[in-house]
Amino acid sequence: MEVAQETLTTPAPTTAVEVSGSVALLEALIVEGVDTIFGYPGGAIMPIYDALFDYNDKLNHILVRHEQGGIHAGQGYARTSGKVGVVFATSGPGATNLVTGLADAQIDSTPVVCITGQVFAHLLGTDAFQETDVINITTPVTKWNYQVTDANEIPEVIAKAFYIAKSGRPGPVLIDITKNAQIQKFNFQGYTKCNHIRSYRPKPIVRTQYVQEAAALINQAKKPFIIWGQGVILGSAEQEFKAFVEKSGIPAAWTVLGAGAIPTEHPLNVGMLGMHGNYGPNVLTNECDVLIAIGMRFDDRVTGRLDKYAKQAKVVHLDIDPAEIDKNVKSTVPVWGDCKETLPMLTKLIEEKKHTEWLNTFNEYTRKEIEAVIHDELNPTTPEMTMGEVIKQLNEITKGEAIIVTDVGQHQMVACRYARFNKTRSNVTSGGLGTMGFALPAAIGAKFGAQDRTVVAIIGDGGFQMTLQELGTIMQTGIDVKIIILNNRFLGMVRQWQELFNERRYSFVDIQSPDFVAVAAAYRIAGKMIDDRKDLPAALNEMLSTKGSFLLEVMVTKENNVFPMVPQGCSVAEIRLK
Amino acid sequence: MSNQDTEKQEFNITVYTENQIGLLTRIAIIFSRRKINIESLNTSPSEIDKIHRFNIVITESEEVVHKLVRQIEKQVEVLKAYYHTNADVIWQELALYKVSTDVIAEKVSVERLLRENGARVVVLRKDYTVFETTGHREETDNLISILQPFGLIEFVRSARVAIIKDSDGFNRKLREFERLEPGEEVIENEYLNQGEKVFTM
Ligand SMILES: Cc1ncc(C[n+]2csc(CCOP(=O)(O)OP(=O)(O)O)c2C)c(N)n1
Ligand SMILES: [Mg+2]
Repeated sequence: MEVAQETLTTPAPTTAVEVSGSVALLEALIVEGVDTIFGYPGGAIMPIYDALFDYNDKLNHILVRHEQGGIHAGQGYARTSGKVGVVFATSGPGATNLVTGLADAQIDSTPVVCITGQVFAHLLGTDAFQETDVINITTPVTKWNYQVTDANEIPEVIAKAFYIAKSGRPGPVLIDITKNAQIQKFNFQGYTKCNHIRSYRPKPIVRTQYVQEAAALINQAKKPFIIWGQGVILGSAEQEFKAFVEKSGIPAAWTVLGAGAIPTEHPLNVGMLGMHGNYGPNVLTNECDVLIAIGMRFDDRVTGRLDKYAKQAKVVHLDIDPAEIDKNVKSTVPVWGDCKETLPMLTKLIEEKKHTEWLNTFNEYTRKEIEAVIHDELNPTTPEMTMGEVIKQLNEITKGEAIIVTDVGQHQMVACRYARFNKTRSNVTSGGLGTMGFALPAAIGAKFGAQDRTVVAIIGDGGFQMTLQELGTIMQTGIDVKIIILNNRFLGMVRQWQELFNERRYSFVDIQSPDFVAVAAAYRIAGKMIDDRKDLPAALNEMLSTKGSFLLEVMVTKENNVFPMVPQGCSVAEIRLK
Repeated sequence: MSNQDTEKQEFNITVYTENQIGLLTRIAIIFSRRKINIESLNTSPSEIDKIHRFNIVITESEEVVHKLVRQIEKQVEVLKAYYHTNADVIWQELALYKVSTDVIAEKVSVERLLRENGARVVVLRKDYTVFETTGHREETDNLISILQPFGLIEFVRSARVAIIKDSDGFNRKLREFERLEPGEEVIENEYLNQGEKVFTM
């Protein structure tokens, strides 16, 4: 490894240098602007880790406690920074531990590049020690994957990996590198980023005809309704989106992953869609005349029963992925393209309007929802605390400036419903896959991706126990992550379904937990448990003002339910308030 | 939605791809994930050097085929995917039949059999004879039933290959793909109903 690194890193050398595949990989990462890697070493990736030893000053490698934690951290990093998350893992069990995170990143369109070590090429297919067929295992859960068996391929393959992961509709890419290729010396000609692959068109060409047709529909609409998703954030189109919403005067609601693209308090932001979304947005989906879907994919948790979804409406669908058009909901006008380009074109063609009366209809539903659900959730009179009041208190202190990372379950839905988001890239959660155990590692990554922001992870007592070993990563890196465990002593969301749909037959949802504060203390992380409402503001303040990480366990009501709710198999209009 | 879109029929899916290890799996799982049976699958070179061509046959509704083709086209190494009904393509399958030479020589008028079925003899040995036919499924099936009474020893039929009637090949398209900014024609949208200027399915 006696290469003079100064001559290697950008700008690329004009003359070829003989380096190992491992060094070429790390050089490639530097040119791609990578500053942080989440990983875990092992036999088949040792040459890369050996090379990494000399790159400590340029690449910050975070040693996680489990490869699933590594990839979730990479996802959290990508979601808050807008950059590609990078993850290293060894072959066999290291690689298979990535699978949940890959599936999560695939369904939530998160750009990550995973590098896995693999046994020597000559051992492939021999059931060698720690050999698994990682390429075939990960094919359904990656946007692209590739096995490198010769070091000469590394520069081009890594360039493709980054290009594919971040362009178009982003997604996870896995590159499996056999050990011989990591060791092999070759003539490294420098690294050039990829900007074109002939078989891959990341963005469909915008057709002005569709934009015009969409504008015409919008201009004649009496009750138009905008629903947006993460596409707005992934396309960095928040400004363009805001301009569109404001000029059109159309009420707009968000999917869980779209939250924060425009501030929660924006007057045209009418709330959350879907199973536990707000009352008005769900009911009025089935009353609008033109439904304008932007960067969202009509997930079943958003649409409820499809054959009763927005049947009365003309649908304008803006999406970068042509496969999403007409996949679940038929569009009247498909606006293929990157919404950063299509939104301004549309904004130009639409008339400036105010839909006051229609907006009031939404506000009327909000009033009903406050009365039936929100008021009691946020200002409970029960002796025990509710999840909602914790979020409300948190809002009052963070003023909507924090990044909120949530796990999966009731606390997730409550946090998404009530957390205030002033800024984009503030809501990090596992949407499409609903992966319990996501939040703690994702929060670590989220903080590495946005170091100047406060990161608060909100986690259930069940989900926390799925990846709590990542407290070790916090301990070792000293990263500052605030953790709130909303402890209802139940696998709450499953319990809620059992209560509502299985006659309260509580089958294996009663979960016991360790003393979480003591667990945190064992990792030298400060913590506190509260079970009295009067301690809540002080405890939250203490958590947020403590330097470094802090774990706050809040005991909440055991058998609270998240409402409103669109029961599975029901139409959005059949949303229940209780 | 018209019946035509929801009624199942045979569709021929043609996919132009890079020649990449693993791509077959990527394409196959698009079907298996949805529990759709691939009835015939052929991979071969195409009219263009280094570009591969898949011919896939499935029985599905047009609505489903639409979506499948979009998913196939989304794969990084796929250049373009098309689908056509049987009427839109010229297609052939090849079949081989092995029979005992003794039996066949004794009991069948081989000349008539060859003529009536458009078959030919590929191998003629003392112990066995191999016939070959090329054509549509009914034609190759027909010879099975004819030979069955005479002790058909082995039968095999190839995957379907299909040529698209209304296609001028892939050369011009490929040049577009190779450009950094492809022209509009590579993004043709076969779903737009020009008459009504709306999407229909
Ligand atoms: C890995 C994984 N396993 C199982 C589930 C199914 N599941 C969804 S929510 C939930 C309960 C979560 O309990 P907890 O973390 O305590 O959160 P709560 O709902 O109580 O807020 C379960 C088991 C899941 N989403 N992910
Ligand atoms: Mg719980």
